[in-house]
Amino acid sequence: MNNYGWGLPIRASSFAGQIDFGILLIHAAMALIFVLWGVFFAYLLVRYRRRAGTPAQREEHHASSQGGFWANNAGELKSLMPDVLVMLFEIALIVFYAFPVWRSIKMSPPDPKDADVVVEVTAEQFAWDVRYPGPDGKFGRAKPELVHFSNPLGLDRTDPAAADDIFVANELHLPVGKKTLIRLRSKDVVHDFFVPEFRLKQDAVPGLEIPMWVVPTRIGHYELACAQLCGFGHSLMRGDVYVESPEDFQKWLASRAALKPAPPSASNNSGGF
Amino acid sequence: MNATTAAVPQTSSGISNAKLGVWLFLASEIMLFSTLFTTYIVLRLSATSWPWGWTALNVPLGTLNTAILITSSVTIVMAYARAYDRDVAGFRKWMALTLALSACFLVVKAFEYGHEFSLGIGPSTSVFYAVYFTMTGLHGLHIVGGIIVNSGLLYMSYRKDCWEDPLFLGRVEGAGLYWHFVDIVWIFLFPALYLL
Amino acid sequence: MSQSHADSHGHGHAQSFLRRYVFSVDHKVIGLQYLFASMFFLLSGFALMMLMRWQLAFPGQAIPFFGRLFPADLAPNGVMSGEFYNALGAMHGTIMIFLGIVPMGVAAFGNYVLPLQIGAPDMAFPRLNMASFWLFLPGGALMLGSFFLPGGAAQSGWTSYPPLSVINPGQTVWLLAMVLLITSSLLGSINFLVTTANLRAPGMSLMRMPVFVWGEVVASVLLLLAFPPLEGAAILQLMDRVAHTSFYMPKDLVILGSHYAGSGGGQPLLWQHLFWFLAHPEVYVLVLPPMGIVAEIIANNTRKPLHGYTTMVLSMLSIGVMSLIVWAHHMFISGMSPALSNFFLVTTMIISVPSVALMTCLVFSLKGASIRYSVPMLFALGFIPLFAIGGLTGLPLGLTVTDIYLHDTYYVIGHFHFVVVTGSVIALFGGVYHWFPKWFGRKMNDTLGQIHFWGSVICMVGIFLPMLPMGLAGASRRLYDPTAQMHNLIVQPLNVVSTMFTYGLALFQIPFLWNFFHSIFRGEKTVENPWQATTLEWACPSPPPHGNFEKTPRVYRDPYEYSAPGRKTDYWPQNEPA
Repeated sequence: MNNYGWGLPIRASSFAGQIDFGILLIHAAMALIFVLWGVFFAYLLVRYRRRAGTPAQREEHHASSQGGFWANNAGELKSLMPDVLVMLFEIALIVFYAFPVWRSIKMSPPDPKDADVVVEVTAEQFAWDVRYPGPDGKFGRAKPELVHFSNPLGLDRTDPAAADDIFVANELHLPVGKKTLIRLRSKDVVHDFFVPEFRLKQDAVPGLEIPMWVVPTRIGHYELACAQLCGFGHSLMRGDVYVESPEDFQKWLASRAALKPAPPSASNNSGGF
Repeated sequence: MNATTAAVPQTSSGISNAKLGVWLFLASEIMLFSTLFTTYIVLRLSATSWPWGWTALNVPLGTLNTAILITSSVTIVMAYARAYDRDVAGFRKWMALTLALSACFLVVKAFEYGHEFSLGIGPSTSVFYAVYFTMTGLHGLHIVGGIIVNSGLLYMSYRKDCWEDPLFLGRVEGAGLYWHFVDIVWIFLFPALYLL
Repeated sequence: MSQSHADSHGHGHAQSFLRRYVFSVDHKVIGLQYLFASMFFLLSGFALMMLMRWQLAFPGQAIPFFGRLFPADLAPNGVMSGEFYNALGAMHGTIMIFLGIVPMGVAAFGNYVLPLQIGAPDMAFPRLNMASFWLFLPGGALMLGSFFLPGGAAQSGWTSYPPLSVINPGQTVWLLAMVLLITSSLLGSINFLVTTANLRAPGMSLMRMPVFVWGEVVASVLLLLAFPPLEGAAILQLMDRVAHTSFYMPKDLVILGSHYAGSGGGQPLLWQHLFWFLAHPEVYVLVLPPMGIVAEIIANNTRKPLHGYTTMVLSMLSIGVMSLIVWAHHMFISGMSPALSNFFLVTTMIISVPSVALMTCLVFSLKGASIRYSVPMLFALGFIPLFAIGGLTGLPLGLTVTDIYLHDTYYVIGHFHFVVVTGSVIALFGGVYHWFPKWFGRKMNDTLGQIHFWGSVICMVGIFLPMLPMGLAGASRRLYDPTAQMHNLIVQPLNVVSTMFTYGLALFQIPFLWNFFHSIFRGEKTVENPWQATTLEWACPSPPPHGNFEKTPRVYRDPYEYSAPGRKTDYWPQNEPA
C-alpha cells in the first residue's frame, strides 16, 4: 500500500487537512525559531570566545534610585522580546486554530439521529469488535456473562433488537462521504483507536462509552491500530478499515446480515482472543 | 522567654528547624489526604448507588472516637504547656493520658472493623467500603505513628539530659502539631463517611 | 549558628568506617552515595534500553550473545517475549526517572553542593538525610531486583494505567518500591527546604543565592506537594491488587473471556489524573536543577554575571506554580471531558512563557562574554540548542488539535528524550566535570572529557532525531514488534539508525567511566578554586572537611560578580570583603 511514506500518511477524513495544517504550521514556526536562535547562538560562541587582552564586558546595571523600573531593566526586558513574539503566536494559535478545530472534532459528536452510519467499536485484548445495529437501526442487549469466544460482545440473541445486529471482528467498513458516529468502548483495559489516515485517535476506556465521528473522504484500505499499551499482545492488536462507496457498503452490510448468527453455545466460557 | 527557648540556635528564617520541618511535612500530608478525599468525591459523584453513611456504619462508636480524639488534642496541648514550664511530672502525666486516649481510639476502631468483618463486609464489598477501609486504615496508621512518636517523647523525658537539650521542647511542639493534624483529618473523615 | 547540631553528630576522627562511609550523616558523603547509586541506576536503565532497541530494530531476531543468558520464559531461544519487552519498557522509564536522573540532579548534587553554596555546615536534619538515602537504596534495589522475583518486573509502562496495571503481574512490587522512593524523596525535599530557609550564612539573602539553589528549592517544593498524590494513588492501586477493591475498576470487566470478580464502580481515569498530577511537575523536577547547573557553569565560564538573574528566579518560581495545573495535557484524548482540554491547553501555553524566558537568559548571558571552552562549558553549551529542540517539539504535543494525531507516537518519545537526555543528562554530566575537583580535590582529564562530549552529543541526536519523523509517519510507541503494523514499515529503517546510535552512545560512556574512576585516585591535583569561581562552595578546601567551613563565611555580594571593573582578578568571591 502506498498510503504511507516518510512524512504524514495520506489524508482520508474531512478533518485530516485541518490537523495537518496545524502540524505543518507549527513545524514551520519551530524551524524558523530554531534557525534564528541557532544563528544568533553560533555568532555569540565565535564572537565572544576567550581572547588574550579582551576581558568580558558586563552589562550596564543602573542604580535603582534613578530612571524607574523600565529604564533600569531595559536590557533585560529587551531580551524578552522574542518571548513576547512566541507568546503572541501561541495566543493566535489557540484562539484561531485550537479552540474552533478542537470544538468541531472532539466536542461535537453528531446525534445518532443525524449520523448516516452508527457503529459500535469495542476494544479487547487484543482485538477490535465491531458492531452495526442491523436493519432495525437499534443496538440490542449485551450481557457480560454471555461473553464467549464465539460471542465476544455477549450479545443476547433472544433480544429482538440484538438478533439482527451485525458483528465483525477486526474489520471496520465505512461509506465514503457519510458522517459516521463511532461509539467507542472497551471490555478490559485502556486501548486506543487510531487510524493514521483519518488523523483520528481516541482512548477506549472501560466503563465509558466515548462518541466520536468521522467523514471518510477517500475510498481505500486503511489500518486501525491500538495506540495505548494494553498488554503483551499490544503490537498485534490491529484491524482493517475499508472505506467503500455507499453502494458497496450497503452490499457488504446485506451480505453480513444474510449470515445467520451462531446459536448460543452452552460450552465453556473461556478463550478470549 | 525562659532559658530553654533562648538556647535554641538562631536560624536565617527565625523559625526553628524542627517547627519548619513539621509544617512542611504536614503540607505533604494535606496533599496525601486531599487525594483520598478527592477520590471519595469523584467515586461518589459517579456512583450509581452509594449508601448513606449512617445506615452502613456505627455512628455512636464514630462519635465516641471523635470525642476521644478531640480530648487527646487538649491533653497534648496540656503536655506541651507543662513541658514549657519545665514541669516534668505534669508533662509525663498529660502525655501518658494522650497515649491512653490514642490507644482507646484504636481499640474502638478495632471493634468497628471486627464487627464489619464478622458480617462478611470488607474493602472489596463495594466502592463505599473500599473508600471507608482505605481512608480510616491510613488514618489509623497515622495514629500508630503518633503513638510511636509520643511514647518516644515520654521515654526521653525520663532521661536526665533531655531537659537540658534545648531542642526537646521543639520536638514536643512538633509532635503536638502532628497530633492536631491527625485529629483534624478525623474531623473531616467522620462526617464524610458516617454522616453524609 | 546551629552549633548544637554540628556538634551532635560528632567529629570525623573517632568514627568507624561504617559510621563514616555507610551510615554517614555528613551531607557530602550522602551526596556521593547518591551520586554513585544514581550513576549505577542510570547505567542499568540504559542497559535495559539497549536490549529493547535490539528488538525494535530487528524484531524477532535473537539477541546476540546476551539472549542466551535469559531464562526461556523471558526470551525463548534468545528472542525476547512481549511480556519481557513490556517489563523492560516499564522499568527503563521508572529507573531512569525515579532512580537515575531525579536522585542525581536533586539528591546527589543537591546534597553535596547546596549546603556549601549557601555557607551551611551541613543539612538541617543530618539523620533524616541518612534515612532518606537508606530508604532510596532499598527502594531502588527492590525495583531493579523485581526482575528476579516471582511474577517478574512490572510491565504496564512507567505510567501504570489501570485496569492493565491491576491485572498484570509484577505490579505489586513496583508499587511497594514506589512507596519507599516517595517517602525518601519527601524526607529529602523537607530537608532541602529547611536547610535553604534556615542555614544560610550571614548576608546570604534570598536574591544572592546561586541559581542552582533556586532550582533545588522549586524542585523540592514540587516533590513535596506533588508526590503525596501519587503516593495516595499508589496506595489505592495496591488496595485494588491486594485487597481486591475497585478504585480503578469499573463494573463488568471481561478480561480474556472471563468476568472480573470485583464490585466495580471505580474510575480508570482517576489514576491518570492523580498520576499526571505528580508526573508533570516531575518533568520540572528533572529539568530545573540541571538548568541551575547549566547557569552555574555558564556564569563561571563566560566570566560575567548572568543575564537576568531576577528573570531566571522569577521564571523558575512561576514554572513551579504553573506546573501544578497543567497535568491533563497528557490526557487530551484519554476520554476525559474534551471541554476540560481547553483549560489545560491554555495553562500549558502559559507555562511555555517562563520556560522561553529561562532559555533566553542563558543565551544572552553569552553576549559580551569571554567564553572559556572548558569541558563543563561544552556540556552547558550543548544543553542550550538540544534542550531547545525538546522544548519546541513540545508545542505540537501541547496543542489539543495536533496532539490528536501525535499523541502516543514516537514523536512524544523523541520530544521528552530531547528534554531529559540532551537536556538534563547532558547538564548533569557538565555538573560532574564542574564539581569533580570539589569532591575529590583532583581534575578529570580534558581530552577524554572532550571525546565523551562530542561522542555522546552526536549519538544522542542520532538516537532521538529519527524518532520525530517516525512519529509524524504515525509509528506508535510501546510496540513490541513495530513491523506488525503496516504504517510503520516504511520508517522502520529509522529504528535501525536509532539502535546503532544507542550502541555508539554506550561506547562513548567508556572514556567517561574510565576518566571518572581513574581521576578519583590518579587525577591531576588541583587548587582550592580551580575554576576561579565566585560562589561559596569554592571558599572551603576541596574536598571540604567535616563541618565544611573553618569559620562561617560572610556574604557581601551577588553570586556571579565576574569581571567587576577596577579589580585585578576577573572574579570577586561572594565572601571576600570589599
